[in-house]
Amino acid sequence: MTVILGQLFTGVSIGAVLLLIALGLALTFGQMNVINMAHGEFIMAGAYTTYVLQQTITDAGVSLLVAIPIAFAVAGAMGVLLEWALIRRLYTRPLDTLLVTWGVSLMLQQLARDIFGAPNVQTKAPDILTESTSLGGDVSIANSRLFILGLVVLAVVALTAALKLTPLGRRIRAVVQNRDLAAVSGIPTGSVDRLTFFIGSGLAGVAGVALTLLGPIGPTMGTNIIIDAFLVVVVGGIGQLKGSVIVAFTLGMLQAMVEYLTTLSVAKVIVFVAIVAFLQWRPQGLFTLRTRSLA
Amino acid sequence: MTAGGLSIRGLRVVFDGFVAVDGVDLDVAPGDIRFLIGPNGAGKTTLVDAVTGLVKASGSVRFGETELLGRDVHRIARLGVGRTFQTAALFEELTVLQNLDIAAGAGRGPWTMLRTRRAVPDDVAFALEAIGLAGRRDTLAGTLAHGQKQWLEIGMLLVQNARLLLLDEPVAGMSHEEREATGELLGKIAADRTVVVIEHDMDFLRRFARTVTVLHAGKVLSEGTVAQVQADPKVQEVYLGHAAAESEAVEA
Amino acid sequence: MKALTEMNPRLRAWLGFGLGALVLFAAAPALLSDFRLSLLAKYLCFAIVAVGIGLAWGRGGLLTLGQGVFFGLGGYAMAMHLKLADAGPGNMPDFMELYGQLDELPAWWAPFANPAFALAATVLLPMLVAFGLGTLVFRRRVRGAYFAILSQALAAAMVILLIGQQGTTGGTNGLTDIDGFFGYDLDDPVNQRMVYFIIAAVLLGLLALTRQLMRSRYGELLVAVRDSEERVRFLGYNPANVKLVAYVVAAGMAGLAGALFVPAVGIISPALIGIVPSIEFVIGVAVGGRAALLGPVLGAVAVAWAKTALSERFPGTWTYLQGAMFVLVVAFLPGGLASLWGMVRRRRETPPAPAPVTGDQALIKEVAV
Repeated sequence: MTVILGQLFTGVSIGAVLLLIALGLALTFGQMNVINMAHGEFIMAGAYTTYVLQQTITDAGVSLLVAIPIAFAVAGAMGVLLEWALIRRLYTRPLDTLLVTWGVSLMLQQLARDIFGAPNVQTKAPDILTESTSLGGDVSIANSRLFILGLVVLAVVALTAALKLTPLGRRIRAVVQNRDLAAVSGIPTGSVDRLTFFIGSGLAGVAGVALTLLGPIGPTMGTNIIIDAFLVVVVGGIGQLKGSVIVAFTLGMLQAMVEYLTTLSVAKVIVFVAIVAFLQWRPQGLFTLRTRSLA
Repeated sequence: MTAGGLSIRGLRVVFDGFVAVDGVDLDVAPGDIRFLIGPNGAGKTTLVDAVTGLVKASGSVRFGETELLGRDVHRIARLGVGRTFQTAALFEELTVLQNLDIAAGAGRGPWTMLRTRRAVPDDVAFALEAIGLAGRRDTLAGTLAHGQKQWLEIGMLLVQNARLLLLDEPVAGMSHEEREATGELLGKIAADRTVVVIEHDMDFLRRFARTVTVLHAGKVLSEGTVAQVQADPKVQEVYLGHAAAESEAVEA
Repeated sequence: MKALTEMNPRLRAWLGFGLGALVLFAAAPALLSDFRLSLLAKYLCFAIVAVGIGLAWGRGGLLTLGQGVFFGLGGYAMAMHLKLADAGPGNMPDFMELYGQLDELPAWWAPFANPAFALAATVLLPMLVAFGLGTLVFRRRVRGAYFAILSQALAAAMVILLIGQQGTTGGTNGLTDIDGFFGYDLDDPVNQRMVYFIIAAVLLGLLALTRQLMRSRYGELLVAVRDSEERVRFLGYNPANVKLVAYVVAAGMAGLAGALFVPAVGIISPALIGIVPSIEFVIGVAVGGRAALLGPVLGAVAVAWAKTALSERFPGTWTYLQGAMFVLVVAFLPGGLASLWGMVRRRRETPPAPAPVTGDQALIKEVAV
């Protein structure tokens, strides 16, 4: 029982990171129908930002906290640059965008290798996060996982509030729901797109900070987790946050449980089969904005 | 109803709580040219979407003796129901001939499909003449003029051997001569088919409609000949006010 | 050149195939060293995969980022048979003895001792998997980027599965040290040359098959489905079936390519079939011209050659170059190099017609042979 609970907590924290990544993807995919394969490298950028900060600010706790906004800004800026330089030219060609951004992701990985070297690097977690909190009995949960969960909850609440309550958020939602109508209503869709990319990519940067608490930092760390995040978007549906929330945690826990019951390798296959089976039932994802269109 | 006619009973379409079509009853006899009119949002296109299986609906839609609701789009098409779209939906990277040949071929077996087309099938040749595009059969459909694209769509319905034709604004954006030609083509086609046309253009309607149904807010408001509908005070009340503005927009 | 474009397409095709055969069967073996020829054999395997991707993606709009799965299924099926044949009847393959986890051959290995079964499996197994996944996915109208992501996830899952089952699949190492090919010693250059000829012949045969598919009514319908799936549905076709055929054929080709890769290179491993190699199959196709018949072949060979030439001496530079290729070709020359040929040809003939560019689809200009 304790092992199962432990696995569930692991699943929850992995699901939380997945959610952070998937929210960013869902934002940009929902708004621009663009699959950004370089999203994984924004995660990597966030992680390396944490690493670099720790070289200058030696206090692990301070550097971690400082890293969160800076990683958000760094990854966000990279996202804006990518949107401005390439993606906005390819809006009508979503599949081509996927391949183009894959090319960008290859180059960013190599850039990381050239700057930081091919081997993985590691950050040092602040002492308080290396301990565990007891949840009664012999069930305990690592503080680092609690921290990640808190960080993600904070980010999701902030994002939801920003989208629902601020004028900028309303503009973003307007563009998601009807780009042409938003444009003729005087919303500058171009700058809204760039803002969306900033936020979406920034969330990936924050996820990168969180991942430094769970494992090593390396040039290919993004590619390893990005596919799972894409699956969250596919299954969760576009245009509503709650789909991503439900699916990210379900996927995280499902994977952790199946992995516990079988092995990692079998778990991946079972999860894949489960997703294909789910799509038989809900091919448009869990929640989708329905509109009348031929496409 | 006579065999081959369209018979709709209690048709209802709901999008996320919004009732787009609200209990429509509609009968169109074979050989009729029925015009569906109504202000924007009246549910005209949604009704056609429901008949052709694109959106889910409740109620009953029968074509001849066959219930259409609940069938897949391509199954309904195979039962002889064809439609066009507000914006011409052609295969722009294929030639006129290829477009028509594809439209004609839903019943072909695998062996025919895997072979190269050696000659122009008779029905395709006939349709090329009927829509006046025989001279442009090797042109890419994407490079046709707007009116020609609309005709090609109608031609595709002909070779598809549709017995029920649902045309969504077939003359929008056409010149006066093109409208006349289209109207005459419709008249010829309707001889052995059932035709339903969604149209905003009042002149075109007066010239070519045999019967008219007015939809408003998802319901049938009025039905009859052009004269009857025009005389209906309900129609004048809710529709003609809009119609003036709309037909201006169409004319512009 | 003018004479060439006006020539009867049939005659032109025969000429093209004749020329291709001349290059592959006479010129290349005469001019290239044994080492270069075996490299070319490897590239031609990639080219076979590319022909299938050209059909599925270029003509059918199915961006499959998981062709490595089918390449791998074919490759492993072949390698399992060759390992069993190397070991001799009743023996286990060397790596199983080495890991020592197993007392006897796993049941699912046993049928691959039969050469007919193994050969059939190299093609049918990938087709079966593609059929299963394609049926489920296309029927529910999962398409575009969603399909691309799913196909990539399949590649990821397959690689993790192979690595995890080290005792029976060889894990990360894969199946290596393959010495014989149906009784022929693969260390002998003469036999390597024979393998090359087989691969070249299969490539030419599949090109002929694909040309027929592309020019057939099915080929026209496939383009129609790519450009406007819903419209095709309203004409009474089920687009899911149309796509399924292209996907299954492409999978079969990838499987065959994987099977031929094994005797040509002597190894099949997860690193050769995962996400990265799968997407590398696509870049060759994009560079050459996705909708053309020969574009994917030439693109795949050129990209594979460039990789060999550059990646050993300048691995970093190669990665940048590969990334740049994706960006530049796909963003700014979506028709690939084949479209350059088409542009030149059109400029010579007529003043350029205003070609409507509609998204991913504006690429099919017949550049067949």
